[in-house]
Amino acid sequence: MRKDPEQLTVAVTGLNATDNPAPGVAVIRALRHDPRWRGRIVGLTYDALDSGAYAGGLVDDVFLIPYPSQGAEALEARLRYIHERVPLDVVMPTLDSELPGFIALEPVLSELGIGAFMPTAEQLELRSKVHLPELGAMTDLRVPATLVLSGPEALARIHQEMPYPFWIKGAFYGAARAANLHEAVRAYHDVVARWGLPVLAQADATGVEYDVAGVGDGRGGLVGAVPMRKTLLTDKGKGWAGVAVRDPALLEMTARFVAATRWRGPFELELIKDGDGGWQLLEINPRFPAWIYLSAGAGVNLPRAAMRLAAGAPVEPLGPPRAGTLFVRIALDQIADISDYEQLISRGELRNIEEEA
Amino acid sequence: MSGSARIKDLAVSDNGFVFDPWTGSSFSLNDSGLCLLRGLQEGLGRAALAARLRERFEFRDGAGAPPADLERDVDEFVTLLRRNELLPTDAEVAP
Repeated sequence: MRKDPEQLTVAVTGLNATDNPAPGVAVIRALRHDPRWRGRIVGLTYDALDSGAYAGGLVDDVFLIPYPSQGAEALEARLRYIHERVPLDVVMPTLDSELPGFIALEPVLSELGIGAFMPTAEQLELRSKVHLPELGAMTDLRVPATLVLSGPEALARIHQEMPYPFWIKGAFYGAARAANLHEAVRAYHDVVARWGLPVLAQADATGVEYDVAGVGDGRGGLVGAVPMRKTLLTDKGKGWAGVAVRDPALLEMTARFVAATRWRGPFELELIKDGDGGWQLLEINPRFPAWIYLSAGAGVNLPRAAMRLAAGAPVEPLGPPRAGTLFVRIALDQIADISDYEQLISRGELRNIEEEA
Repeated sequence: MSGSARIKDLAVSDNGFVFDPWTGSSFSLNDSGLCLLRGLQEGLGRAALAARLRERFEFRDGAGAPPADLERDVDEFVTLLRRNELLPTDAEVAP
């Protein structure tokens, strides 16, 4: 008999919550937002000081997991151990860098009876910035001109094809705007040092940025989506406040993306609207964004939908989001006991965390 | 007027706070702007909008402004809405 989907044990990654937070805490808050939820949340974290590990009332247990650079075998061994300690029903990875490892382990997760609702390896590769032009053609969405750089020497001639300013980007992470050759070369080496090859040059697109968080059903259908416009940015350019919108063009483009790619699982589209009202697709993130709690506030609880799909449970029809729902982020200090930190750092786990009094 | 679906979709508070759910932009209107926007949402034409201004506001000379001036005010307001993408650029107000 299938377990009650309101009583699942769900493991969520990405508990880091700095001024550039990972999505984990927001995903957990969205899961707990629904009054029907009576399940258990297991936080999976890479660092004993990740803020979400100490958020009383959010996570019931926390386990350290190996960094993605340690490979899928290390992750598998750790997940097997965690599953013995706390039997998991669903795992929800929320970070780009860990997705290849979790996707590779999907047969193991399935064997253990742990549900996951993630993009396929092919979809993950397709959303790489290297493939953005291909994806643009496939989905009939305009994308900024993108060139793969063969080496830093290519930058000396690139202005013949792409005028300054343009962006130097890593295939998955890292972006810096370059206004001249000097800045471009510096950005190139910075991206290589931090994120490795390949390095791309992408034409500058100016206008108003909109982001759409969504979930694809893996068969070409859109389970639900929430478009958002950032209203306040940090000095890193990350959204600190935003508002849900309902421009039909955004939802139509999102549906087109999901239909063309048959996207499975969570995603975020980054789009820009130029002064003439034209749209360009800048980037696709293969996971929920850090602002995903807004979806619960706007009446379209996307993490809950993804969790239910991972568990093989039916999903209630998700209507349009309530436009005008705002999020305004907050930074606050949490209080924890040194023994919690000690347990996490020495034993790699913290069990039965009680809600902060 | 064309583009009336878009203008009817605007969320307008009694204080003159306007939220555009399509773009996420928000605006503040004074009393006369609020009067005109409500009228446009009701589908009023240029002359009817001018008449509503005349009916609801007092003018400095105490005798009311000439109708031509009020219709020009309506046109200016519509231009402002177009500039802020609250109305399509080709939207026209009925006479």
